[in-house]
Amino acid sequence: MSGFNYEKDADGIVTVTMDMAGPVNSMSPEFLPLLEDTVSKLEEEEGLTGVVFASAKSTFFAGGDLKTLSQVTPDQAETFFNGVEAIKAAFRRMEKLPVPFVAAINGAALGGGLELALACNHRIAWDDKSVQIGFPEVTLGLLPGGGGVVKGIYLMGLMGANEYLLEGKRVAPSKAKEAGLINETVASLDELLPRAKAWVLENKDNEAAAVQPWDTKGYKIPGGNANHPAIAPMLPAASAMLSQKTRGLLPAPAKILDVAVSAMRVDFDTAMRIESRGLTYLACTPQAKNMINTFFFQMNKINGGASRPDGIEPRLTKKVGVLGAGMMGQGIAYVSAMAGIEVILKDISQEAAEKGKAYSEALLKKRVEKGRMTQEKMDAVLGLIKPTAANEDLDGCDLIIEAVFENMKLKHQITQELEGYLSEDGVWGSNTSTLPITQLAEASKNAANFIGIHFFSPVDKMPLVEIIMGENTSDEALAKAFDYTKQIRKTPIVVNDSLGFFTSRTFGTFLDEGVRLLDEGVHPVKIDNLGKAIGMPVGPLAVYDEVSLELSRKANETWKEMGVEDKWSDGTVARKVIGTMIGEHGRGGRHHGGGFYEYGADGSKHIWPQLLDLFYKPDVELPDQDIKDRLLFRQVIEALKCLQTNVLRTVADGNIGSIMGIGAPVWTGGLIQFVNTYGLEKFQARCAELAATYGDRFDCPAIVAEKLAAGELFE
Amino acid sequence: MTHTAYIYDAVRTPRSKGKKDGSLHEVKPVDLGAGLLRELQRRHELDTSYVDDVVMGCVTPIGEQGSDIAKMVVQNAEWDESVAGVQLDRFCASGLEAVNIAAQKIASGWEDLVVAGGVECMSRVPMGSNGGAMGSDPGFSMKTGFVPQGIGADTIATLEGWSREDVDRYAMTSQQRAAHARDSGWFDRSVVPVKDENGLTILERDDFIKPQTTMEGLAKLKASFEMHGSLGFDDIILGKYNTLERINHVHTPGNSSGIVDGASAVLIGSEKAGKDLGLTPRGRVVATAVLANDPIIMLTGPGPAAKKCLRKAGLTEADIDIWEINEAFASVVLRYMKDLDLDLENTNVNGGAIAMGHPLGATGGCLVSTVLDELERRGAKRAMISLCVGGGMGISTIIERV
Repeated sequence: MSGFNYEKDADGIVTVTMDMAGPVNSMSPEFLPLLEDTVSKLEEEEGLTGVVFASAKSTFFAGGDLKTLSQVTPDQAETFFNGVEAIKAAFRRMEKLPVPFVAAINGAALGGGLELALACNHRIAWDDKSVQIGFPEVTLGLLPGGGGVVKGIYLMGLMGANEYLLEGKRVAPSKAKEAGLINETVASLDELLPRAKAWVLENKDNEAAAVQPWDTKGYKIPGGNANHPAIAPMLPAASAMLSQKTRGLLPAPAKILDVAVSAMRVDFDTAMRIESRGLTYLACTPQAKNMINTFFFQMNKINGGASRPDGIEPRLTKKVGVLGAGMMGQGIAYVSAMAGIEVILKDISQEAAEKGKAYSEALLKKRVEKGRMTQEKMDAVLGLIKPTAANEDLDGCDLIIEAVFENMKLKHQITQELEGYLSEDGVWGSNTSTLPITQLAEASKNAANFIGIHFFSPVDKMPLVEIIMGENTSDEALAKAFDYTKQIRKTPIVVNDSLGFFTSRTFGTFLDEGVRLLDEGVHPVKIDNLGKAIGMPVGPLAVYDEVSLELSRKANETWKEMGVEDKWSDGTVARKVIGTMIGEHGRGGRHHGGGFYEYGADGSKHIWPQLLDLFYKPDVELPDQDIKDRLLFRQVIEALKCLQTNVLRTVADGNIGSIMGIGAPVWTGGLIQFVNTYGLEKFQARCAELAATYGDRFDCPAIVAEKLAAGELFE
Repeated sequence: MTHTAYIYDAVRTPRSKGKKDGSLHEVKPVDLGAGLLRELQRRHELDTSYVDDVVMGCVTPIGEQGSDIAKMVVQNAEWDESVAGVQLDRFCASGLEAVNIAAQKIASGWEDLVVAGGVECMSRVPMGSNGGAMGSDPGFSMKTGFVPQGIGADTIATLEGWSREDVDRYAMTSQQRAAHARDSGWFDRSVVPVKDENGLTILERDDFIKPQTTMEGLAKLKASFEMHGSLGFDDIILGKYNTLERINHVHTPGNSSGIVDGASAVLIGSEKAGKDLGLTPRGRVVATAVLANDPIIMLTGPGPAAKKCLRKAGLTEADIDIWEINEAFASVVLRYMKDLDLDLENTNVNGGAIAMGHPLGATGGCLVSTVLDELERRGAKRAMISLCVGGGMGISTIIERV
C-alpha cells in the first residue's frame, strides 16, 4: 500500500517508511494528510521511545510539489499560505513530541525533503554520492518555505547558510555533516536503519535529544544574531553584494536574505511565519513560474531525451575524430576524453595538433593541483587523446567532428577527403556556427549521416550543444549526436537547418540592436549598462568586441557571396558602423587592438573615447525602458520567428538554448517563456508600440496571434 | 497665524501586544509605517511629490528604528523621491509633537503639505534599549533625582489620596469604552489593517483590548513599582514631597498603558494644498502648547499644558467638547481631570492606552484620529488632546472640525 507505513518494534521505536504514490516521496496533495495522520497516531502512541523517518524509494524525499507551486496565482495566496503553514504546523507537532525523531536519509534529500529531515531531531545519511543534500529552491525562483531558511540560519548562521540558501548548493553527506545540516553518516545503506534505531536507544533517557536547537533555552545562532557586532556591520554589504549579483532581477535571493535576517531578529515561530509569507510571495512571481517551467520541467524533458528520436538503440561514441586543433577543436577533444572517449585530434601539422592537446594537459593539471583529480586519472585522460597530422589515424572513428575555419569550400574539401575513414555507420558532425548544414552536406556521399554539432566557447565551460538537422540528416545520425552530447555531459538542443541556426541568429539581433542604438546617438555606456540591466551577462557593444567586429565583417562577406546577406534582417546600419569602426579607425574588436572599448594591459577596459565623437548625440533622449525592451524584444521576436518557421522544433529547445547558449536572462526562463508571463496580448501591444516608433523589425510574429486565438501558451 | 493648518486625514494601524506573541511582532517598523503612507496615497489619489515632509515620532530610534525611520518609511512606501522625512523624539509626546510641528510648518507658510505621526514597534525594539543620560548616567541621575515614571504615577495617586480601587475603576472604564467603540465600528474609518507582501491581512483591528476585565481581576494584579520603589526611588520622591509618609504603589499592568506595536499618520496641509490636490479638510489645528514642570514626578505636565494651549487659542474650558488625555497611567488621567475640572463624561470617551496600548512615538497621531472620528460622530466641534511626557513635560493640541 502506498503512503506512510507505520511500524512499531519491540523497543517502542516507530519506523515511518514513506512510500508515496509515484516514483518519489514529495509534498504532493497526498503528503499533508499522511503526515498529519502519522503525527496524530504518534501523539497517541503508548510506550513510544522514538521515531525513525525512512524512505522506501531510492531518494529520501524529493521536496515541494512544483506543479502546484508553479500554478499559484495571487488570488490563491491565502489558501497557499495556509497550506504552507499547515505543513509547518505538523512539523512543529513532531518537534514538540518528547521523544527523539531520526531521519534515515537513504537518498537525495533536497528542499522539502531536507525540511522534513530538519523537523527530526537527528539526521543520519548514507555517505554516498547519490545522496544529495541541499536547498535548490533559489534556482527555481523560490525559497525553502517549510522551515528551511529559518532552520538553515539556526543551524549554520548567516555566513554558513549563505551558499546553501542563496546559491542552492547541494552537497554529499560528509560535507552536509561538516556544515551542520546533518549529524551523522553511515558507510553502507545496510547500516542506516540499525544506526538510526541505535541512536534512539542511546538517547532514551536523554530529554535534550528530543528538543530542537531552536527550542533549547540559551541556544545561540552560530556567528550571532542580526545585532551581533560581528554580523550587524556586514548586513549593508550583504545586500549590496547580492544585488550586484542579481541586478535586482531575481526576487528569490532577495527575499531569502530578507527572511534570513528577520529570522535573526525575531523569535523562531514568528520567523517561520515570515518565511511562509515569503514563499507565498515568490510562488506568485512570474520569475518563479519562468524558472520552474524552464529549469525544471523543460530541462528534465530535454535531458530525458524528448528531442531524441524514438526506437533507436543507444549509440555511444567510442572513437571521435576532431578536425582542427584550434580553440574549438582542442576544447572538444578535452570534453570527449574526459568522458572516456578515445580522441584523434587532427590538424595540418603534428605540431599544431600537439599544441591542441597541450590545452587539455593544462586544464587537467589545474584539476590535479586543486586536488580534484588524481595524477593517474589525468594520465589516463591524456592518454585518450592522440594528436596527429595523419589522415589514417582517423580510421574507424564512429564520429568525426570538423572544427576548421568557417569556410564552405574548405569544409567541403575536408569532408570529401576524410569521410571515408568513418566506421561503417559513423556520423559526420560539423561544428559550424554560421554555415547551413544542408549546403555543407552537399559535399558528402552520405548526407543522411551529416549533422551539425555546434559547440559554444569555451567548450569545457559552456553546458550547451546545438544539434542541427540538415534537410537530409537521418534520425540515426541525430540519435548518435544526441547520445554523444549526453556522454560528454552537456545539454543537447535540436534545431532544424537555417542560416545561423537558432542561437547565433537570435544572439545576432542583440548585437545588431546595440549597434543601432549607438548609431542613433545613445550614449554607448548607457547601451551596455541597460543591456546588463535586462539581465544579459554583458552589454551588446562589449560582446561585439569579444566576438570581434572583424569576424562579423567576414561573416557578412561570406553571406554576401552565398547570396544570403540580410536574409533575416536589414544589416545596413551594422555594416555602416562596422565600416566606420574598421574601415576608418582600424578597430576590429578586442583581439584586434580594441573596438568599441579600449583595453589596458592590466585587464582594465573603458569606452574608446572617440566613439562619443563619432556617434553620441546628447540631445537624443530615448526612455530607458524603450532601450531595454528593444534589446530584449529583438531576441524574443527572433526566437518566436524560429519557432514559427520550425527552425526550433520545440519551445523547450528555444528556452534552454537561449539561456545556456546565449546568456538570455535567467529571470525570463528563456526567450519564449518570457512571453508567457509577460502576457501574449501585452507582448503584442508592446511590439506594436516599438514597431511604430522604431521600425517594423519589432512587428509581432504571427505565431503569437495564433496562440492567442487558440487560447494557448507557448509550451 | 498666517495660514490655517488643515487636517485632511488621519489614520493609524491597529495596535497589538508589544511582545513576541503579539500579532504585529512579525512586521518591521519600515513596513508598519509605509502601510499607512500608502493608504493615505490610495485614499486621496495623492500626488506624493506635493508632500514637503514626513515627520514621525519614534522614542526608541535605534536598530531597525534607527537612522531617521521617517525617511526610510517614505522610501519604503515608494513615495516620490523629493519627499523628505524626519524622526523626532519627545518621549511619549513624539507623535503629537510631530503633528504640532507639521501644523507649525503649515502655519508659517513655509510648507504646504506634511505627514505627521509615528512608528513604534516595541516588540522588536524594546523600550529603553536606546539608553540615555536619564537613568543610566549616575552623576546626572543623582544631581537631578531621576525616578522611574511609574513611581511618579504612584506618587500622584498618593498625593491626591486615590486608592487602588479608584485607579482600577478608571481602568475598567477605559476597557469598556474602548471595546464598545471598536465593536461599534467607531474606529473603522481610521484603523488601516496591516497586510503582508501578499495582501494577506496580518491584523485587522485592535486586539489588545480586554473587554472581559473585571474589578476583581484588576485587584489581583501585583503592583508594578513597589520593588523599584524599595530600591531607593521612593526615598528620592519623599525627599522632595516631604509631607508624605510613604508612596502608595497603586499602579499595575491593569491600570497602566500597555506595551504595543503601532503607527500613525496624519495628513496636514494648507488651504492651497487642499485646492491643488482636491482634498477636503476634516479639521484644523487650532493651537499647540508644550511646557515642563516637575521632572521627578514627571507626569503632571498635561493640565498646565492644556491651560497654556487654551490661552494661546483664546478659548476657555467651556469651548472644548471632548478631552483626550493619554492614559500613560490611570492617575495621570485623574490628575488631568482634576486640574481642569473635567467630567469623566467627556474625557477619553472611547477609552485609551490602558485598553488599547501606547505605542510610544506613534500615540499622539493615534489620538488625533480617534478624536477627529469622535467629533464627527457626535457632530461636535472642538477637542483638546494632551499627553504627559518624560522629563516632566506636558503637551497639548486643540483641533476643531471645519
